[in-house]
Amino acid sequence: MTEPLLSVRNLSVEFTTYGRTNAVLHGVTLAVPERSQVALVGESGSGKTVTMKAIMGLLREPPARVTAGEILFDGRDLLRASRAERDRLRGTAMAMIFQDPMSSLNPVFTVADQMGTILKYADRRLGRQRGRAGRRARVHEVLAQVRMRDPERVAASYPIMLSGGMKQRVLIAMALLSQPRLLIADEPGTALDVTTQAQILKLLKDLVEEQHLALLMITHNLGVVRETSHYVHVMHRGRIVEAAEAQALFAAPREDYTRNLIASVPRLTGGTSFATLARTDDET
Amino acid sequence: MEFLLFLLRRVLWSLLVLVGLSVVIFLIARAVPGDPARMALGPTATQEQVTDLRHKLGLDRPLITQYGLFVAALSHGDLGRSLLTERAVTDDIRESFAATLELVLATIFLALAAGLPLGIAAARWKDRWPDTASRLVAILGAVTPTFFLALLLQLLAGYVLHVLPTTGRLDPADPFHADITGLITLDSLLEGRFAVTLDALRHLLLPATALAAATMGQMARLTRASMLEVMSQDYIEAARAFGIPDWLRVLKYTLRPSFVAPLTILGLEFASMIGNAFVVELVFSWPGMAAYGIRTILQKDLNAVMGVVMVSGAFFVGVNLVIDLLVGLVDPRIRIRGARA
Amino acid sequence: MSEPPRLSAGYLRWYRFSRNPTAVIGAAIVLICIAATILAPWITPFPNAVKAVVDFRSRHLPPSALHWFGTDDVGRDILTRVIFGYRVSLLLVVVVLGTAVPFGAILGMLAGYYGGWVEIAIMRTTDIALAIPPLVMALAVAAVLSPSLFHSMLAIAILWWTWHARLVYSLARQLRTQEYIEAARMVGAGPLHILFRELLPNCLPPIVVKCSLDAGFVILVGASLSFLGLGIRPPTPDLGTMVATGAAYLPEKWWESVLPGCAILFVALGFNLLGDGLRDVFDVQEVR
Repeated sequence: MTEPLLSVRNLSVEFTTYGRTNAVLHGVTLAVPERSQVALVGESGSGKTVTMKAIMGLLREPPARVTAGEILFDGRDLLRASRAERDRLRGTAMAMIFQDPMSSLNPVFTVADQMGTILKYADRRLGRQRGRAGRRARVHEVLAQVRMRDPERVAASYPIMLSGGMKQRVLIAMALLSQPRLLIADEPGTALDVTTQAQILKLLKDLVEEQHLALLMITHNLGVVRETSHYVHVMHRGRIVEAAEAQALFAAPREDYTRNLIASVPRLTGGTSFATLARTDDET
Repeated sequence: MEFLLFLLRRVLWSLLVLVGLSVVIFLIARAVPGDPARMALGPTATQEQVTDLRHKLGLDRPLITQYGLFVAALSHGDLGRSLLTERAVTDDIRESFAATLELVLATIFLALAAGLPLGIAAARWKDRWPDTASRLVAILGAVTPTFFLALLLQLLAGYVLHVLPTTGRLDPADPFHADITGLITLDSLLEGRFAVTLDALRHLLLPATALAAATMGQMARLTRASMLEVMSQDYIEAARAFGIPDWLRVLKYTLRPSFVAPLTILGLEFASMIGNAFVVELVFSWPGMAAYGIRTILQKDLNAVMGVVMVSGAFFVGVNLVIDLLVGLVDPRIRIRGARA
Repeated sequence: MSEPPRLSAGYLRWYRFSRNPTAVIGAAIVLICIAATILAPWITPFPNAVKAVVDFRSRHLPPSALHWFGTDDVGRDILTRVIFGYRVSLLLVVVVLGTAVPFGAILGMLAGYYGGWVEIAIMRTTDIALAIPPLVMALAVAAVLSPSLFHSMLAIAILWWTWHARLVYSLARQLRTQEYIEAARMVGAGPLHILFRELLPNCLPPIVVKCSLDAGFVILVGASLSFLGLGIRPPTPDLGTMVATGAAYLPEKWWESVLPGCAILFVALGFNLLGDGLRDVFDVQEVR
């Protein structure tokens, strides 16, 4: 097998607050191969959000500090890359989907305005030329890709005019704007009701497959993992405690922690899966 | 579309406040202990004269009829006659109002032009010297009596530094009649007499600074608090993850949502600004409503005083309407909710 | 950050207060002013200066060891008059806030707790009252009834309640859905009990903070009124009047207006710092 698209090796991070230093990641290692769907599972506070922020280059330093490890993206170590290079990758080659659609869109600008701005600066970083009309067309195109029935109307809307599910889809569309190779999804849909969440997950899975993206799904919900991922990393107290193929993990978890985590997932009745619940084309 | 609805609601509400205001003013005017007619005519008038005037003023009618007459006159812009100048109160006020308006507009401009950047700097460099400076300006602005600050500025600029004029709107040697809008700065610009504009601005600077001080500090603190709150929102972090450059995140994504709170408070603060304008006008011999108001109060010229109060209240309502619309323009949430509610 | 449980809430507040320089300085200034007011007849160097005395030999004397703040246009000691002037200022604060705050708080509480037409009636009235500038209202009242301190107080109080009504209204509206209110209702507590024993105590910290900040503003409005000649009648010493009279002799006899002006600033600063500090001590955000 060739080099994975993203490879985190032995990453350690500590936080200093109120004069006290706490290590939150202890040598985290994980890999996301090209076109794969990988999950990072753990309870709140296990360090999965810090891992994600470190990958995206969103950690605030201070209070955070990376003490060891490397983050290889496409063979380059991001921790040793120049700031300009990191900025160039963020939001373009690697993009992120935020978990709370209600608060992740700026309330005072239209969807078209926000998406257009993202695209404009992504183009600029990549040295691409695309006019205003070109950007408009691309925004509508991506909105259609996330199964919006009326992309023009959605583009002209302010976030307050959209439902939670639609806002989440706008956030996905924002991540897809510059055709990223890696998509990092932070518990997408947790802020939504169960049915809508299922639709969002189905949509995400379809999009990842259609567009041949690699997906790193960050979640505390093993039910989500079962539906969306090929490979799973289980995280606990800043360490990866188990990593395995999804099927193998669910069939025969090696660690007690994983077993407990699996046991705590409420099962949907009669083998109904998210996929059958999901109807992605309706106006949620 | 939803903006029109929002606009309509705000305008209707403003009208309602104006009606309420007219009731309050009417009641105060009628709460006079003793007989307004007797007071107007003085102790030497005969009972017959008093009865005659009472009839002429409609004071012998029921209260509700009197209010009806009051409002009917008001809707024609008729605030009655001034006993002091024996002219229509509306005419008296119209001239002085333009001067007050010019002063107040300059003050608002100054308060925003200085207060917002100071607040932005304070938020950007939190707990560093710009933050301390904004705090100092806010506290000093809040605790210095406006008339005292006006006197100090006058003293400093007029007697010590000799740099700025300390009284009036224009140099008397430079006659100019502002008869387009009544605002000297604007009218002289329109007529192309830039020397007059400059002179008017020089005259405006001190009174407007004195009047703006309190509001300026408050705007800075509110902008700071508001920006810090917006900066902690998810959408600012999300913009970072989507690769929006830092300067744009501050200048566009943070700033615009941050203006809502300071603007709203500016509207409420405007009432005390009008009050303080009276004091500042007095100190700088500014030919605005204050001089007229105070002269008529001491003469118990009831119609004139009520006219001044009504115009001040209407001014407040008008400015708040404009601010509401601005806030609605800045923040779609407010106009969409405002249109629906 | 957890505190040992044996410390009482009162002690914790005192601790936070005493560690807050703003609050301590503010409280010190306020206490000094109050003490000076009470002790005025005994601590002032020339208690006679409060009366309409004239001493032409000592007119317009600059600040000196004898007259720390100098003397005014009829030869009275300015420091003495400033200290007595605080009496008027503080009286104004007590009367205005003493009437306006309970009134506004109760109205705001009713509007916030009951909602519906009660809310509409009260809050719309508040909005109308807010449209009248307090100083202009005081002018109107002064015109209708004659200019005097009492009438000025009346005019200010008539409008001041609106701010407290707005504040308590927004607090009560948030609190009314709290579970302890629901619980009180569930066990059959009457509306009076809920309003005054459950709601009011929880609104008190913001009210106290606002009162302290307000006190400064009331003093400023009062001083502005007397500066315009609509306050207390001479010869009773009043700070605003002193600034106005002294202004006629600017800039040569600067002390006659500048020092009383600084005195107003001093007491207003005290109340403001105290309010700012109390806001941190009580940790309330709502009050501006």
